[in-house]
Amino acid sequence: MTEREVRITSNAGVHARPAMMLVKEAMKYPCEVFVIKDDIEANGKSIMSVLGLAITPGSRLLIKAVGDREREAVERLVRLIESDFKDL
Amino acid sequence: MSAKKFRIADLISIKGKLDLGLTLVAGAAGLDKVIKGSEINRPGLTLAGFYEFFAFDRIQIFGLGETAFLHGLDDARKREVYEKLFSYDMLCCIFSHGERPDDIFLDFSEERGIPVLLTGLETTRLITLITHIIEEAYSPSITLHGTLVEVFGIGVLLTGKSGIGKSECALELIERGHRLVADDLVEVKRLDEYLLMGSGSEIIKHHMEIRGIGIINVRDIFGIRSVRNRKRIELVALLEEWQSGKEYDRLGIEEEVYTILDVDSPYITIPVRPGRNIPIIIETAALNRRLKKMGVFSASELDMRIQNWMKQEGAAHD
Repeated sequence: MTEREVRITSNAGVHARPAMMLVKEAMKYPCEVFVIKDDIEANGKSIMSVLGLAITPGSRLLIKAVGDREREAVERLVRLIESDFKDL
Repeated sequence: MSAKKFRIADLISIKGKLDLGLTLVAGAAGLDKVIKGSEINRPGLTLAGFYEFFAFDRIQIFGLGETAFLHGLDDARKREVYEKLFSYDMLCCIFSHGERPDDIFLDFSEERGIPVLLTGLETTRLITLITHIIEEAYSPSITLHGTLVEVFGIGVLLTGKSGIGKSECALELIERGHRLVADDLVEVKRLDEYLLMGSGSEIIKHHMEIRGIGIINVRDIFGIRSVRNRKRIELVALLEEWQSGKEYDRLGIEEEVYTILDVDSPYITIPVRPGRNIPIIIETAALNRRLKKMGVFSASELDMRIQNWMKQEGAAHD
């Protein structure tokens, strides 16, 4: 299991488009990916799940992955979020 | 136990069925105090001077009796009583039946930052509602990945790997007149120690993602009868790819259980294979669940019939 904390810096929060980018990126990895906010664990490969977290600007997220290539997945996702969903 | 904190301010802001109709009249400084449990205290004995066992850290409920007692005191005696009473850091005081404390009481509570709330509700009703609200607020909860649907009145939680077809199955069930509660992210709470209540995330309520279409609003497409906000989970169905080596339940005499928050729910595994109509299997499983709830166990009953018949046949042979 690999996990890392990340803060949402964009002032629009994670709305549909960023959520889709996050999910698309997560789908590239065979491991299970979780996005955790306030102890609520969402499936990182499901758009509805990620949207359901209501990730507002300034939220702190925990990105967790379990399985094959988990390190890579967490690293890429954290980078995507830190770059304000521009780095792809 | 969740780390959630329920404050006095939260109690006031509740709207809808559980609205307590509370009005704050003094002690706003204490509104952020956290309510720790659902137990309340009626301070009758305390007012009369018995301070042993005074559960001051609970919500204090002043009903008709307590209020009448206070009104019967002269101002000097009131000050004496309040001086002692307010030396304890009470959580808050609620007056029921539309009663109102005197100004001396309000001065004391304002000074000590102890919220005083008024409501038109009668005492018993008020206590019942408070217990309900606080217990629900502090009930253990968990977020699960799955789809919760109501099928023939039974709450069925569909679980399984992403891509197995939970959402598609739910869609077909909705089309057949059943209801969607939550897709993908299901929040489950344990209420009254034994029942599991599932609901969806408020923000994405009644939306689904269908591969190939994108996000849809089920309520807008299928109408109000296709959705509901929460439902008790009474059956858990795991959808999994058909594994040729695996033994699936062929009789249904023994029941498997799935444990969520220490509560057991009946659990079935449904192998998914092209050409298998999963929604109709879910419908049948839900109906079978209803039969079982009414004490009818199809598999065991058939078995009994067969055994009886065999006994008779065997006797005829002798």
